[in-house]
Amino acid sequence: MAQVSITVNGKVRKADVEPRLLLAHFLREQLLLTGTHIGCDTSQCGACTVLVDGRSAKSCTIFAVQADGSTITTIEGLARDGQLHALQQGFWEEHGLQCGYCTPGMIMSAVNLLNDNPAPTEQQIREGIAGNFCRCTGYQHIVNAVQNAAGKR
Amino acid sequence: MATTPVLPKLVGQRIKRREDPRLIQGKATYVDDIKIAGMQHLAFKRSDVAHGRITKIDVGVAQAMEGVEAVYTGAQIAAFVPPMPIGTPFPSPPHHAVATDTVRYAGEAVAVVVARDRYVARDAADAIVVSYERLPAVVDLEQAMTGKPTVIHQDFPNNLAVPLVPGGTGVGADSSVDDTAITKAFAGAEVVISQRMMNQRLAPSAIEPRGVVAHFEPGKGAMTIWSSTQNPHILRTMIAAMNGLGQDQVRAIAPEVGGGFGAKINIYGEEYVAAALSKQLGIPIKWIEDRSEAFVATTHGRDILAYVDLAAKRDGTVLGLKLRLIADVGAYNMLLTAAIPTLTMLMANACYRIPAIRVTVTEVFTNKTPTDAYRGAGRPEATYFIERAMDMLARELKMDPADVRRKNFIQPDQFPFATPMGAVYDSGDYEKAMDLALKNAKWTELKAERDAAKAKGRLVGLGLATYVEVCGLGPSSSLPTGGWEHSGVTIERDGRISATTGASPHGQGNETTFGQMLADQFGVPLEHVTILHGDTGVVKQGIGTFGSRSQAVGGTALHLAGGKVKAKMAKFAAALLEASEDDIVFENGRVFVKGAPASGKSFAEVAAYAYVPVPLPPGLEPGLSDEAFFEPANNTYPFGCHISMIEIDRETGEPTLLKLVAVDDAGNLINPLIVEGQIHGGLAQGIGQAMIEEVVYNSDGQMITGSFMDYAIPRATDFPRFELDSTVTPTPVNPLGAKGVGEAGTLGSTPCIVAAAVDALSEFGVTHIDMMLRPEKLWRIIQGGRS
Repeated sequence: MAQVSITVNGKVRKADVEPRLLLAHFLREQLLLTGTHIGCDTSQCGACTVLVDGRSAKSCTIFAVQADGSTITTIEGLARDGQLHALQQGFWEEHGLQCGYCTPGMIMSAVNLLNDNPAPTEQQIREGIAGNFCRCTGYQHIVNAVQNAAGKR
Repeated sequence: MATTPVLPKLVGQRIKRREDPRLIQGKATYVDDIKIAGMQHLAFKRSDVAHGRITKIDVGVAQAMEGVEAVYTGAQIAAFVPPMPIGTPFPSPPHHAVATDTVRYAGEAVAVVVARDRYVARDAADAIVVSYERLPAVVDLEQAMTGKPTVIHQDFPNNLAVPLVPGGTGVGADSSVDDTAITKAFAGAEVVISQRMMNQRLAPSAIEPRGVVAHFEPGKGAMTIWSSTQNPHILRTMIAAMNGLGQDQVRAIAPEVGGGFGAKINIYGEEYVAAALSKQLGIPIKWIEDRSEAFVATTHGRDILAYVDLAAKRDGTVLGLKLRLIADVGAYNMLLTAAIPTLTMLMANACYRIPAIRVTVTEVFTNKTPTDAYRGAGRPEATYFIERAMDMLARELKMDPADVRRKNFIQPDQFPFATPMGAVYDSGDYEKAMDLALKNAKWTELKAERDAAKAKGRLVGLGLATYVEVCGLGPSSSLPTGGWEHSGVTIERDGRISATTGASPHGQGNETTFGQMLADQFGVPLEHVTILHGDTGVVKQGIGTFGSRSQAVGGTALHLAGGKVKAKMAKFAAALLEASEDDIVFENGRVFVKGAPASGKSFAEVAAYAYVPVPLPPGLEPGLSDEAFFEPANNTYPFGCHISMIEIDRETGEPTLLKLVAVDDAGNLINPLIVEGQIHGGLAQGIGQAMIEEVVYNSDGQMITGSFMDYAIPRATDFPRFELDSTVTPTPVNPLGAKGVGEAGTLGSTPCIVAAAVDALSEFGVTHIDMMLRPEKLWRIIQGGRS
């Protein structure tokens, strides 16, 4: 077992973990932050995307021990003081989700995208979320959602 | 009353979804989010050979691992899990949830582990050593039909799961065949298009893999099972039957479900095993599929070969169609496997007046993952085959692809239209939808644009396809489960509304659309309506969500149940207001006598009276709760037209989709925003099939596309912005006039893209390209054209 100290959504979390424990499982199973989803074994689908030290990362491809000392934001930590994040609002207004399974990871990737580029073109949005699969929407309403959020910043 | 804003009518409006707040905040509960005290985890050891006899299973190391509760071989599981039932009437070989002596596809379960957590369970499964006597595998379906080099199931010679089912003109109810009409049609043909077409195998790939939590409580003798399923009531029926329990003793729950696309209709071995082990061991059991498992253990879709012959006159008039279909079942029949190609047969008539049609269906076992429903389930296959043939006909006759269709469309005044395939198309105006698509695409200018690009040496092509599909499944005569849907509506004592639906959604947004309907029906705010679903403990009866049936069948059941309650509530209001029930109006949160809103009562006051009915109006029982089953008299038949433009890189063969214009007619729409989302999603899957998706096996029966690194599902960068529009032709089949839209996008997109690729490469003399449009394949055509 290895000890880790990770700041998740503003709270310091200390835990003993198996060295092989994936960050995604640490978040889901130990911290019960089940908004972070797992959709593949190969870092392709992006359902598990969280922010690690402000950058989007696929938490199924990181061991919890590798995240020791880092600061993580998950989908549960995005809304502030009961106010939805602009991207959450955008996804809601533009029907950017259907089954919702890819949505937390998709939103976290989009957060990273808008942090880097507050006014992306449609093509830049499509490229920015190309690491996240959605099987329901065909992406068009997701693009609209990101545009909606970008327009509000 | 004048100060109260009038509630807007919600049906037909783009209302944002009520499901979303929990989903966008990570607060929804999917199966893998469920934890129960004492719960243990299930993992499966799966076959790594495609065909073989199990000679030895060594579970010693696994059993000794710390944290392992139990290990079972297939033979041990078979002692308490009977062979799995199917939902079609065809003969079928025994199929054990865990193989007992022979494995027939790579990925078939051979042993199971129950352990403390998923890591230990996986370690233990990996530590099980299975020895096989290898048998030859057969993966090609036409090869399989020769019975060489292997017969997969001993009672099914030549691997024929369904030897041959004929249908169409001249085929009697007793399957007697009279060839006169079809022979005459081809004898009179001035042109015959003949083409072998493969509609390839696909992995449905819901982003949430499957999962199940089974909790048998010995003290109660009752089972609760949570599963990522499209149809919890069917799950309940099957789990009860397989575990010797009554349906009253099983509660099946579909919590938040992360996509289905047809692959979560089937009730799987993993569900049966989890339930049975929970009962055996008296503990809650969880199994969560990982993606590698999903590729081999969740049913695949499509994989059907067609030999198409289309007879026509040189003016484009179609005279006859012959369609020989050979479907790849994979290693076993699943719940609906055998029925899917019969839907292809049913829709072989497409949008046209075809004087004589002959279709045959043959279904073949191979050493591959079983196939079953995938979005569209049989109908995209039919559309693809017929529309490809129509496109080839247009090309042969040098006609515009729209003109050849126009020549043959069923006309608006011909509905209801009985086809030679036994379908009765409810309503339609195919030309109107096509004309709108042509207008929106600026077809004439687009052709000029293509010609200009081609003149510059670019490989640009246009494709057009029309479709009609069968939705709103369906009358009980067409489904072994029954074809109705159920709904219950209760006005609570405080005037809020609870409603249940058996149409269990997994992204379709029923909480919103059904809420819109009830809010309008009762004249109350949407916020006062709750739609409950996905739990057989709450929803009394149901069939489930598939075949684009939620709105057309489930929505109608809701409407009917609401109508019954509303009629009763009108009686209570009439007593309160001393008026005739026929004059009672529900509007704006008020119940009043027509023309006198000010003297009415609030909706909540009438509700409260119904529960404390002093005095009780004569002939009435207290309370406001009722239910309805809706049995549709027919299916619905939505239709549309899709147009695409693609460009193929002359140097690399890489295709790029430049434009996709879709006009879809799903009848009346409840929420156009949600409808658009459904069409977008269908288009994405249809385009995915046309351009980048294909499950590939090597000759040993090993899947070589078993991860998202090898199996390409579309990314955001693969699409242009889709251009949507609709025509509205209501169906007479249900009082809503709604036809269904969940699968529409997969129908027209696929053939229109292949048509565009053929058009782009026309200079190389190509007339058909099998999907998917792998750059290598296109590059070879380009190279061949040069040599």
